[in-house]
Order: sequence, then C-alpha cells, then structure tokens
Amino acid sequence: MSYLGITALNLKWALKGPATRGYPLAPRRVIADSRGALAFAKANCIYCSVCRKKCPTGAIGVNRNQKKWAIDRLRCISCGYCVEVCPKDCLSLTTYMSPPTVTKDREVF
Amino acid sequence: MSPDPGSFTAVETAALVAEVRLLRDAGWRLVQIGAAALPTAMEVIYSFDLGGKITNRRVSLPVEGPHRLPSITSVYAAAALYENELHDLFRIQVEGNILDFKGKFYRTTVPFPFASRPSAPALAAKAGTNP
Amino acid sequence: MARTIIPFGPQHPVLPEPIHLDLAIEDEKVVDVLPSVGFIHRGLERLVERKDFQEFVYVAERICGICSFIHGQTYCQGIEELMQVEVPARAQYLRTIWGELSRLHSHLLWLGLLADSFGFESLFMHSWRVRERILDQIEATTGGRVIFGSCKIGGVRRDISPEALAVMRKELDVIERDMREIVDVFLGDSSVKRRLQGVGVLSRDDAYILGCVGPTARASGVAQDMRSLGYAAFRDIKVEPIVRTEGDSYARCVVRCAELFQSVDIIRQAIDRIPPGAIETKVTGFPDGEILVRTEQPRGEVAYYLRANGSRNLQRFRVRTPTFANLPALVRMLPGANLADVPVLVLTIDPCISCTER
Ligand code: SF4
Ligand code: SF4
Repeated sequence: MSYLGITALNLKWALKGPATRGYPLAPRRVIADSRGALAFAKANCIYCSVCRKKCPTGAIGVNRNQKKWAIDRLRCISCGYCVEVCPKDCLSLTTYMSPPTVTKDREVF
Repeated sequence: MSPDPGSFTAVETAALVAEVRLLRDAGWRLVQIGAAALPTAMEVIYSFDLGGKITNRRVSLPVEGPHRLPSITSVYAAAALYENELHDLFRIQVEGNILDFKGKFYRTTVPFPFASRPSAPALAAKAGTNP
Repeated sequence: MARTIIPFGPQHPVLPEPIHLDLAIEDEKVVDVLPSVGFIHRGLERLVERKDFQEFVYVAERICGICSFIHGQTYCQGIEELMQVEVPARAQYLRTIWGELSRLHSHLLWLGLLADSFGFESLFMHSWRVRERILDQIEATTGGRVIFGSCKIGGVRRDISPEALAVMRKELDVIERDMREIVDVFLGDSSVKRRLQGVGVLSRDDAYILGCVGPTARASGVAQDMRSLGYAAFRDIKVEPIVRTEGDSYARCVVRCAELFQSVDIIRQAIDRIPPGAIETKVTGFPDGEILVRTEQPRGEVAYYLRANGSRNLQRFRVRTPTFANLPALVRMLPGANLADVPVLVLTIDPCISCTER
C-alpha cells in the first residue's frame, strides 16, 4: 500500500533545505504593502482630532492647545483608519512593527 | 449582496412549538435562535432555511421579566444550545429543554450580561484621552 | 462494565480550543458525552452599542482569527443591504478573491491540525509550509496576514493592481502544485486512511436535522453551500457544492481537500473576470431595519442578525458561527467511538470554539 508518498515528499524537502529563515540572523523579508506601526509627521498636523475620534481602539490622543499628539502603541491595531481620515496626510503606516516594550507608555509627539 | 434578506413573521409564545413543528415537517432547517433586548420588547428570533430561502419567526416578550419560553428541543434537538444561550445571556427561562446546562453554558463574570439595555453613559464612553 | 468519566479539555495538547467534554467511557469506547463551552465568552455582540456601525467592521473581523475576512464581509453585506448601497463590481470581486484566499489558508491549517491530531507531524509541517505562501499573498495584497482589514461598508479599502493580480495568478500555480503533493498524501496514505475511514459516521438525516453546515454537512451528503446564494462575485462565478455521501471523517477530509482546488479555481476565474472601476461607494446616513445575512465560511454557513434603528449604533448584532451549528453533530458522533479517536472527531468538524462564544 501507499506509505511512499510521504517518504518521497519528506526526502524532497530534506534535500531542498529549510523552508524557513534563520531569524534573527537572517533578516525578515519585508512585504511592501504590509501594515505595520503608525508613523506621525508632526510638521503637517493641525491638531484637528479627527484621527482621535475615528480610531476604533482609542489609541490616539490629541491636545490642540498644547499642540501635542500621542499614541498608545499597544492599543493600535494598525488598521489604517486614521491614515484614511487625516485631512493633512500626516499619518502613514510603516512596514515594520513597533518594538516590544515592557511598559505601557504612550508616545507623545 | 445577499439576494434574500428573509422575512420576519410574528408568532405568539403559545403557538410557537406548533408553528416550528410545521416548519420542520415541511423540511426547514433551523439556522439560529437569537434574542434581542430592545427598549420596547424582548424579542426572540427563530430562523429557518430551506434550499437557500430564509424565513424568520419572531416572539415578543414584555420588557419586564421574568421571561418564559417553551423549548423547541422536542422538534429540533439542536435548539438545545441556543436555548441555553437564551438563558445564560438574556435570562430567558426556557421550559422543557432536553439539554439544560442550568446556567453553566456560558461562564460569564457578569450574570445575564445581555439582559438589560445599556445606560446612556455606557453608550457615550469611548476611549482616546488627551495627552 | 464499569463506567469512567474522562474529562477532555479545555486545555488539551491536541486541541488548542477551549472546549470541555465529559466523556463517559466503558473499556475504550465512548458511551456518552457532555460538552461544555463558555470559558471565553467575550461579549463581542454587545460592542455594537459602543462602536458605531462603520467602526464595527473591525470588531466583526476579530470574531475569528482564521475566517476574519468573511466575518467582516458578512457584516458589510448586511449593512449594505439595509442601507441599499450598491457595491461596485470590482469590490465584489476583490472580496471574493480575499474570501477564497482565507478559505484556502483555513483549510490548509485544518489539514495540518488533523494530521497533528493523529500524530502525523511531518504532514502537519508540510501543510503549514504551503499555507505560508498563501499568507504571503494575503499580506502582499491587504497588508495583514491574519486580520485583513480591507473590507469596509460600501466596498473595500485597497485595490489589487493588475500586476499584483498577475503575480498572484502565477503564485497560485505553485500553490496548487504544492497542495497537490500534500493532498495526495492525505488521500492516499494508508495510515491516514486507517485513522479516518469509517470513523465518526454521520448520516445525511442526522446532519440535516441537527443543522450541520459547511464541509461537515457536505461530507454527509447535504448539498448546502451558501456561496450558491450568489453573494459578491458568486453572482457570476458558479459554485457547485462538493458533496460526499459516506459521512465519515475521511469524507470530511476529502471534501475539504477538494475545496482547496475549487477555491483556487474560483480565484483564477475572479482574476480573469475582474472588471475595472471604483472599489467603493460612499456611504451616508445610518442603517435602519433588520436583516439576517448568511455567507459561507471555511467552516460553513455563518448567520448574522442585524437590527438597526437609524442611529450610529446598531441595536442588536447577533452572530451564529458555523461551529455552533456543528456542535450537536459532534455530540451525535462521539458515542461509540474509541477514546483515541476523540481528538480526530473533534477536529473533523473544524471547531473554532472562540468564535462560537464570541
Ligand atoms: S487627523 Fe491628522 S491633522 Fe488631524 S490631529 Fe490627527 S494627525 Fe493631526
Ligand atoms: S492605525 Fe487604527 S488603531 Fe492605530 S491609531 Fe490609527 S486608527 Fe487607531
């Protein structure tokens, strides 16, 4: 009977070498349109709070008087809704993830 | 777009089991049972499918409990899980369920979490504070 | 014969799903079973009262980590129907492509887990290796590997360029070739057959009256596939349900294997026929009314009940996930089975307990 199929398959892939990468020694492959951490360009921001109102997770805070914009990275789900609604195009999604942290800090710009 | 949005027909609580039996004998399959705690009533929707068509039966219970419903598990055994859900989430007492978990189906921290309508402040609450 | 009660789950090495079964065992045979779920009820349905109906797409997508896209799509379809929004044809096709990609990766994931459940580790690895190529396609076109985030009310958020579609079509050939290799093992290998054939037979009548959906129902001879309702691009692309009549675990495996190639075929057709044009319709106003929408998830029919009253928030959002409908069938299948077959049987309905409890 047939036990040979899996043997052949295993042999083929054993000879081909691993299908995975040796991360972190080999770098991660970046996919161009991947949705990663949110980037903020302070220069254009008019502190209109649209992003704060639209963000589904409430990750963004905006203070118009002090001209401060803040993000809670652990809340952000990289959905890109804020990027879509920002009138000044100062938000964008990068292709890398925000680095791991041990504290729940908000990043204030 | 789904071509068949489904029709909703109201039935009396007392006539429910007979109505459901008619549907089963005509070959309808039970799709779901779900409740909705509306400001005007506690509604329970029974949905059935036959060859891609959908039909719904609606039972309206008064807003104020205690809510009671007859079980349809004698007709569709698979309704047992839905009826446990009605009890555990909406505090609807389903009488005659053949597989009654007695409130242990969903182990929620808040008992009967879906039974009430939310208060206004809960609706307004939205995170996103200022720095 | 003395009876023993063996508790199975909610933490069990073979099944990372929080379902608990009390198995009454005589000798090695299961004679009775009592399931219990509800360890991780998240109360997602009530979030509609806090999130407005547009934001809620994100929540709907997070009901399940495997069939995320189709959850979002079903929700959007329901709201679009309530608001009578006509979704552009291109968006419909894009939704179909993504939906089928998620079916592909879900079925491959399931095949891997099935192999794992009867201890066939290398086959598990091979299935997941192929799945990775599909995830790459998903990430390249939507930006996410698991949560696509590309569906919105009125259309989709992202377009796929013709070049990317061409790349995807090429990649599908490779994926199909790789899938053929592992499917041949699943369907031909003697040890797999010995574990699956004749195990957990579910008759057609039982499957129907217990309300089974998806591959579980189709393997028992119920020709039921919500894609034949003709939502999204299934208006133009016809889908024949893949049906087997044996009703055993092997049949459920065969159905899912055949659906892999069916999905590849659907994606190819969609890529060939996708019309140019807009990808979304602007949506204004708020939904009003009630509706029950259904689509075909990898695991079967999902039913959404939406109730709106013309305000920003829906009044009621109710999901009946496919696993919920398949649980009664599991309870029917288990008595009479060997204890060692329990993990296999639990897996053959492709349980997703977390989304069952929402
Ligand atoms: S929407 Fe854009 S401009 Fe407005 S506060 Fe946010 S980042 Fe600044
Ligand atoms: S990407 Fe989404 S979750 Fe993150 S800040 Fe923007 S809107 Fe909020």
